Amino acid sequence: MAKVFDVVRSESAERVRAGEYVEIHSIILKPGERAPQVPEDTQRVPLELRIKGYLDHDAFVGDEVTITTVLGRKVKGQLVAVNPPYPHSFARPVPELLHIGEELWRLLGARGVKEVREGDEP
Amino acid sequence: MISGTSYAEVMARRHDIMKSAVGIDYEKFETGAIAFDYEGMMDEVGYTLEEIHAIQEETSVGRTPLVELRNITEVVRRISDPGRGARILVKDESANPSGSFKDRRASVSVYCAKNKGYPGVIAATSGNYGAAVASQAAKRGVKCIIVQETYDSKGRGQPEIIEKGRACEAYGAEVHQLTVGPELFYVFLRLLEETGFFNASLYTPFSIAGIETLGYEVGTETLRATGRYPDAVIVTHAGGGNVTGTARGLRKAGCRHTQVIAASVDLTGLHMASDTDFNRKSFTTGHTGFGIPFATWPDRADVPRNAARPLRYMDRYVTVTQGEVFYVTEMLAKLEGMERGPAGNTSLAAAIAIAREMDRDQVVVVQETEYTGAGKHPYAQLSFAREMGVEVMRGDPRENVPGKRIVIPEHPSQIRVKEVPLVDIRRSYIRNALSHAKGRQISIEDIRFLAEDTNSTVAFVEETIRELEGGEGRG
Repeated sequence: MAKVFDVVRSESAERVRAGEYVEIHSIILKPGERAPQVPEDTQRVPLELRIKGYLDHDAFVGDEVTITTVLGRKVKGQLVAVNPPYPHSFARPVPELLHIGEELWRLLGARGVKEVREGDEP
Repeated sequence: MISGTSYAEVMARRHDIMKSAVGIDYEKFETGAIAFDYEGMMDEVGYTLEEIHAIQEETSVGRTPLVELRNITEVVRRISDPGRGARILVKDESANPSGSFKDRRASVSVYCAKNKGYPGVIAATSGNYGAAVASQAAKRGVKCIIVQETYDSKGRGQPEIIEKGRACEAYGAEVHQLTVGPELFYVFLRLLEETGFFNASLYTPFSIAGIETLGYEVGTETLRATGRYPDAVIVTHAGGGNVTGTARGLRKAGCRHTQVIAASVDLTGLHMASDTDFNRKSFTTGHTGFGIPFATWPDRADVPRNAARPLRYMDRYVTVTQGEVFYVTEMLAKLEGMERGPAGNTSLAAAIAIAREMDRDQVVVVQETEYTGAGKHPYAQLSFAREMGVEVMRGDPRENVPGKRIVIPEHPSQIRVKEVPLVDIRRSYIRNALSHAKGRQISIEDIRFLAEDTNSTVAFVEETIRELEGGEGRG
């Protein structure tokens, strides 16, 4: 069954050349094979693996392929992405954190921030 | 020899696999149904403090700055009773090569692997330890595999873990990224068998000995900087190694009266192996999901006998909330000009609450920081939490509910610690020890060991056993 997966779709129609840096995916344990102590929500899904390396032979995204890892080891799996980006970032500033610095400096009554005294207008 | 690779078959071989992958004959230290010779294991297998210093100097690990947090101390004094508000210092462990104290652990394991002639090292970790092992392996020219628990079943990963995976790849490691589940250990065992690499476990005597230098530096450098040994050292607690190694190092530095206080982020209610809870934790380490199980049963680790035995060393165990840790992370950046953490700032959050109880002339030391980066940042982690449906708001951190609501304090006086009663942890440990002994005869040697391992007394252990047995009888 197809998985919800971040496959780089735009490249799916193009041949990926041997030697390209790719990511592969495989199922390590199917739902019925999971460890007995695993909670129910996890029991229902497979244990999956993703790993990167250099493609051993030309292929298309979705094909079963072999890669050579950075350590020179051979690993088999389904080709899912070509040189995938790292998706993480610093994200947007979080409004709930934005004023903490000025609040604390105000508490210290320093750095040009007027100290708020009792009775002052907010 | 042909061996099966099913989950059950591989798990059945775990002891043999682990034995050859760390080169330690753990059996020779066994002394009873429960007892084993802990100090004997540490002495024989570990290294002396001088040896560790030499190993760590070769790869530029340790001797990190001890920084006095003057503005944070001032904030604490403004919100404390007169005469209260201890000086707060932090050991800036982010100055280690890969950005955390974990380099201390990795340095010794990788040295050891190379020394013993293993072709490479493997570590199973989603945390800073992976980057540390990969970095140390790069320095010593050793091959490195890191196995991470990274994604949920929808292929989504916490930004913090994605960043740690990236860091491992940056240092040249082969990174195996798995979905949620404790079977990560099974994958790990298969890789050990397949490659013959060294198990750079977090829980070997090498790893713990590597942290002793941190405790030693905290003790001696605090004395030099302030004229006194630390009155309290706050340690972010997860698997127990940080508490164990730091406390052992403090003792070696002559700190006889320093309180060792463990601190974890409270993640009560979230299941660590749950596919749905996985991305709602907002913390990947330093939390109670590791802290409590590893305190109540350390031998759940990836080696037969865990060298990290935190109950021996903690004088007090407290928790803080997620929101409090994000708040103090912001405080550290804005008041001290240090962008660090967030997870490593768990102990800083606890220190702020604890310093308020202490006198002004006392000194409290937060013994670590960790690097901050893309993904490993309050903005990234809180944005991700929101995407996962977790509410983020300002308010009283007592309203914080792990996995549902992260409450960022509105004022530093709202930062509090919650005590974890050590007596409960000790009882729970003893119950686990008895159940693992599986009905074998418990000797006085075992009782003495349990007293040592729980930092209690023979009388307490005997009484607890009587209670437990009585409870079963009535049950």
